[in-house]
Amino acid sequence: MISRNLKNRYLIAKIFHGFCFSVAWLGVLILGILLFHVTREGFPWLDMQFLTEFPSRFPAKAGIKSALYGTLWLISFTALISVPIGIGAGVYLEEFAKKNRLTQFIDLNIANLAGVPSIVYGMLGLVIFVRWFGLEQSVLAGSMTMSLLILPVIIISTREALRAVPNTIRQAAFALGATRWQTVSAHVLPAAFPGVLTGIILALSRAIGETAPLIMIGALTYVAFVPEGPMDDFTALPIQIFNWASRPQKEFHELAAAGILVLLFVLLLMNSLAVIIRHRLEKRKQ
Amino acid sequence: MIANLLKAKPTTNVVTGKMEENQRNIVLEIEDVKISYSGEMAVKGITLSIPRNEITAIIGPSGCGKSTLLRSLNRMNDFVLGAKVEGKILYHGIDLYGKDVDPVEVRRKIGMVFQKPNPFPKSIFDNVSWGPIINGYKGDVYALVEKSLQQAALWDEVKDRLKSSAMTLSGGQQQRLCIARALAMEPDVILMDEPCSALDPVSTAHIEDLMFELKKEYTLVIVTHNMQQASRASKYTAFFESGNLIEFGETQNIFTLPKENRTEDYVTGRFG
Repeated sequence: MISRNLKNRYLIAKIFHGFCFSVAWLGVLILGILLFHVTREGFPWLDMQFLTEFPSRFPAKAGIKSALYGTLWLISFTALISVPIGIGAGVYLEEFAKKNRLTQFIDLNIANLAGVPSIVYGMLGLVIFVRWFGLEQSVLAGSMTMSLLILPVIIISTREALRAVPNTIRQAAFALGATRWQTVSAHVLPAAFPGVLTGIILALSRAIGETAPLIMIGALTYVAFVPEGPMDDFTALPIQIFNWASRPQKEFHELAAAGILVLLFVLLLMNSLAVIIRHRLEKRKQ
Repeated sequence: MIANLLKAKPTTNVVTGKMEENQRNIVLEIEDVKISYSGEMAVKGITLSIPRNEITAIIGPSGCGKSTLLRSLNRMNDFVLGAKVEGKILYHGIDLYGKDVDPVEVRRKIGMVFQKPNPFPKSIFDNVSWGPIINGYKGDVYALVEKSLQQAALWDEVKDRLKSSAMTLSGGQQQRLCIARALAMEPDVILMDEPCSALDPVSTAHIEDLMFELKKEYTLVIVTHNMQQASRASKYTAFFESGNLIEFGETQNIFTLPKENRTEDYVTGRFG
């Protein structure tokens, strides 16, 4: 016989289950609506011409080539700068640094930096990289600013991934007369790699969509050329999208939607690359 | 450096011929060792000698400091935050906690097998070969891996799948792999921290047989919760209780004619 008490408990469990189910699908639903709208507006504009033409005053002729190339340049250099520094700092703090006041202070700072608004990084980039280093509004200045912005995220996720590696593996290596570096490079870092990679992709995905710091450092909004080196001027997808969206004509709004689709596609490509790499690595481990 | 140390004369002067004989047969001398974790005393002044080519068992209730002491013998306590070792641990007469002793060198000579099998998530071959390779082993690595796996009584079970992951092995096999990994370093002493506590009786029997074989070439120190294991496998037994050494002697005597009541209560299961 089921007592009334047990019936109530089952009811509460069901309600909670329903609540979690709905909030989980709410996110998917919103994303679906967004995708639907953007696709309906932008899809007709998506063709080869859109990808291979430079922006123009005439919507029919306008393309996204300079912004797409700019974003690829920007994200490549951002990755080149932030990944080694981020992983290095994470490994140092988690595996090598003594736990003392100083490292606690650094910890606290990094956690806070992860929450600083991106426009503040833009101002920092403007003062340090654009003015002080004299890099002008170049790809390099933009990449360095973006690197500052995502470094805390990479460092924190690297540390989380390292912390998730069971201590027994470190002990096994140490007991074989391994130095700390041999332990970390041969066992700990490879074991943490999938987690580190996830962090990097999340951070780069954030960088790819950031607009404010780039506008702050003065990245151009109308560019009729593609960058050929790190010192060239550039524009990026979110800036181009922002530019089109702020114009009054409806055609430009539709172009912005098409730009969003391109941006989402680049993001998706990056994420699936990470999933494939991670999957391969995990299979090799089995 | 330890290699030089091995040739060095013992620091304690030997008086009689008999003591000299004893000295040579003692691998580790633990002298009034106190170990604390952030001020909390876990080992309260223990003096103990570990004889060469024998199995010495350390028994005692949980939290008595037996694992702590074991881990101080190859400086694995260095990694525990706030751990502090006082007193002397002499390895062939050299203080392991001396200023010019490199802990990495210590661990090359004094290997360890842990409570839970902890193979690297790599191939069986790589698990065994990694230690010698990073330590600059010059000989035939393949031959060394085969020899180590044979010594650990695992060779026949894995010789056809050395390239497959160590994670595909059973728990007992994994533990023997960990023993093989320690043996591949050609150590002098092997410390085992409850090596069978996560294993079933059949695997346990396997590993105990293995310990008998190993003592011909190595000195073994095992920490165990299992009374039968201590009585079956070891030549000497030390009984610890709350950080103190209560009794140390030949296993036979500890289990049949203990001098202390507390020892008797513990080994017969009447303690508390």
